[in-house]
Amino acid sequence: MKSKARLMQGNEACVEGAIAAGMKFFAGYPITPSTEVAEIAAEKLPLVGGKFIQMEDEIASMAAIIGASLAGSKSMTATSGPGFSLKQENLGYASLAEVPCVIVNVQRSGPSTGLPTSPAQGDIMQARWGSHGDHPVIALTPSSVRETFDLTIKAFNLSEKYRVPVILLMDEIIGHMRERVELPEISEIEIIDRKKPTVSREKYLPYKADDDLIPPMAYYGDGYRFHVTGLAHDETGFPTNNPAIADKLYRRLLDKIELHKNEIIEWEEQCTDDADIVIISIGGVSRAADTAMKQLRQKGVKVGTYRPITVWPFPEKRLIELADKVNTFVVAEMNLGQMALEVERIIKDKAELIKVNKVNGEAIYPEEIIEKIEEVL
Amino acid sequence: MPSAIVSEYFRTNKLPQIWCPGCGHGIITRAITVAIDKLGLDRDKICIVSGIGCSSRAPGYMDFDTLHTTHGRALAFATGIKMANPDLKVIVITGDGDATAIGGNHLIHACRRNIDITAIIYNNNIYGMTGGQYSPTTPKFDKGTTAPYGNVDKAFDIPALAAAAGATYVGRSTAYHTQLLISLIENGIKNEGFSLIEAISVCPTYYGRKNKKGSAVEMLEWQKNHAVNIAAASKMAPESLDGKFLIGEFKNSPEPEYTKEYQKIIDMFKKE
Amino acid sequence: MEMYEVRLSGSGGQGLITGGIILAEAAILDGKNAVQTQSYGPEARGGASKAEVIISTEKIDFPKIRDCDIFLSLTQKSFDQYGKNVKDNGIIIVDESIDTKSENKVIYSLPILDTAHNVLGKPMVTNIVALGVIAAITNVVSRNALEEAVLNRVPKGTEDLNKKALEMGYSIGKKAIK
Repeated sequence: MKSKARLMQGNEACVEGAIAAGMKFFAGYPITPSTEVAEIAAEKLPLVGGKFIQMEDEIASMAAIIGASLAGSKSMTATSGPGFSLKQENLGYASLAEVPCVIVNVQRSGPSTGLPTSPAQGDIMQARWGSHGDHPVIALTPSSVRETFDLTIKAFNLSEKYRVPVILLMDEIIGHMRERVELPEISEIEIIDRKKPTVSREKYLPYKADDDLIPPMAYYGDGYRFHVTGLAHDETGFPTNNPAIADKLYRRLLDKIELHKNEIIEWEEQCTDDADIVIISIGGVSRAADTAMKQLRQKGVKVGTYRPITVWPFPEKRLIELADKVNTFVVAEMNLGQMALEVERIIKDKAELIKVNKVNGEAIYPEEIIEKIEEVL
Repeated sequence: MPSAIVSEYFRTNKLPQIWCPGCGHGIITRAITVAIDKLGLDRDKICIVSGIGCSSRAPGYMDFDTLHTTHGRALAFATGIKMANPDLKVIVITGDGDATAIGGNHLIHACRRNIDITAIIYNNNIYGMTGGQYSPTTPKFDKGTTAPYGNVDKAFDIPALAAAAGATYVGRSTAYHTQLLISLIENGIKNEGFSLIEAISVCPTYYGRKNKKGSAVEMLEWQKNHAVNIAAASKMAPESLDGKFLIGEFKNSPEPEYTKEYQKIIDMFKKE
Repeated sequence: MEMYEVRLSGSGGQGLITGGIILAEAAILDGKNAVQTQSYGPEARGGASKAEVIISTEKIDFPKIRDCDIFLSLTQKSFDQYGKNVKDNGIIIVDESIDTKSENKVIYSLPILDTAHNVLGKPMVTNIVALGVIAAITNVVSRNALEEAVLNRVPKGTEDLNKKALEMGYSIGKKAIK
């Protein structure tokens, strides 16, 4: 049998994953280094009966995918740095109105136009807090081409299941690199669709959550004739100024993620059993962390790695356990210490924290992590 | 007792609406439902989308699938809805600030694509929801709370803008000229492509008071006395049109519709 | 573990990005792992352009290359820019037009551009000639896999031309190591 192995780019794997997950609509606007996602979506979607549109800007792209999702299509947009900033307005809308959708951000160096073709991870905090107000967020960070495929599917599944926008927080290294992948058969892939109402139009309350805190979602055109708004609303979906109802809504939006966080949170750890030192990294930097760990282990240094796959919600519980037995955490990231803030909050003073930061547009090299670790040995 | 149209097409449990006494928006909203009724459309296949502002509260009162979006973005949301389900009749309700200031870019591109959406712009010449700031359609030298000495901006001519940007059906009417408004909306919905109808409203609370335009009734009378139908205007002497404004059907030139054109690509390339 | 880090450099338009992709795809056909990266943006238009490929029998962690095992350079500018970043036992393959100065490494200086431009009369196959040369000298990919990878990538109707370009590159390389 011929091998299914092939060379694939990260951005291409994202589209392949999206289509496997059932994406039927993509709206985007060209921006490096995410443009290939739009280009490949434009080519592939019509082949599966799906639709692509290049909107006039990133704000409109975000709006269009929300509209398409309400009308029943699994939808995605892709962007980078400046475009991600523009999407925040309607990303907040999707959070409040609980509209499933996937937002890909292939991070590049910033702020502002920055270094458009260079890798960075400076949007970790923006992914969490970019839109105004408290809002629920799930953000996934792939560190290989195959994982980009898998996590794009997961992004759609989580989005559909929890009625929340899901951010696929890539970086230029993973988005642009090509590597050997073998994709699974479609029949092996689990696909989750949003739950639809089982009651009649008269009885349908579009924002009345079930016990799992998630309300069933009708499609426009199904005859439910329901209202969706970005204003605080009650279970009927209509605006309210009632403080008790507004409070209940805002808390439920966060609680629905909190309640299910064990199903959402994912991380990978290597060689942590006997590790004195654990390198924490995400995305493209994890590739350097793996090399650094292997080289240090050869020298007899007990190093492990911890890689949040869901950067939001952050895999906190396991990190607290590790903090009890690890001496030093090394947080390596292509920014000036965003994930380190979260790690610091979680580990408190239980272990030492060292940062490896780089924002010059180059990848963090394994040697730079090794050097930093050898300094503290 | 609400009228038959109101009972049929409005969410009567959400009434009364939030608009000020004398506001023209109620008349325009009713005109939309009358047009829908006359066309005999399947109401479960109609989606009404709005942005932010006084006008954009209208869909909340209308018994269809309705979407109240973010400021200026209604047309972009509507584009996604129409793309995902072209069987839906998508109607956008927006205001002068919503559609031509913050949403100006979305407006010209929706026109350019000729996507089958009917946009009705409730033009009250002012930002009402925030208390009377001047908008892109506030006439030059008129006042707003942010133009205390008179507005130095030139106003947009919305139908000219839409026609130039590629809308295939364009018309204008007023809150006073309701029969014309209803027929323009009917024709707009019937047009397979992007239709834009400017509905000139009245805002006695902010625009009217700031600019000494009198009561709502006086403002409607002004509309009656100053509007000239484009069909009649062509036969009138130019000087008799001084100080008047045109209403009527300005453009009706169907072209291939966006989602249908895209469907051709799918039909050509889709793999079974 | 067997791992090769390959850097292909030259100017924009010489097809080196495609060359890198073909090389990586040939490695996969050989049953190996491969990672390909490249320069983007203004750097990729004109000036010195580069594509990088890592080929390994094992999992490849870090995808970027510092000092490479195999270095191809088709222009003076790219040689000057990247020529220093070659491992001590690395192999350098350059077009014969390049002044390699006093570089103290194994250098193969070969008529790659001349073969494509003048012998074959098709500058568009420069990258394919170069890949033939690299495969013959380094064995980093098998000849069969390389040919299959080339034929999978090139535009329809140019198969024979590209096969010929690959053969010529191969024989230039073989001659050089005799």
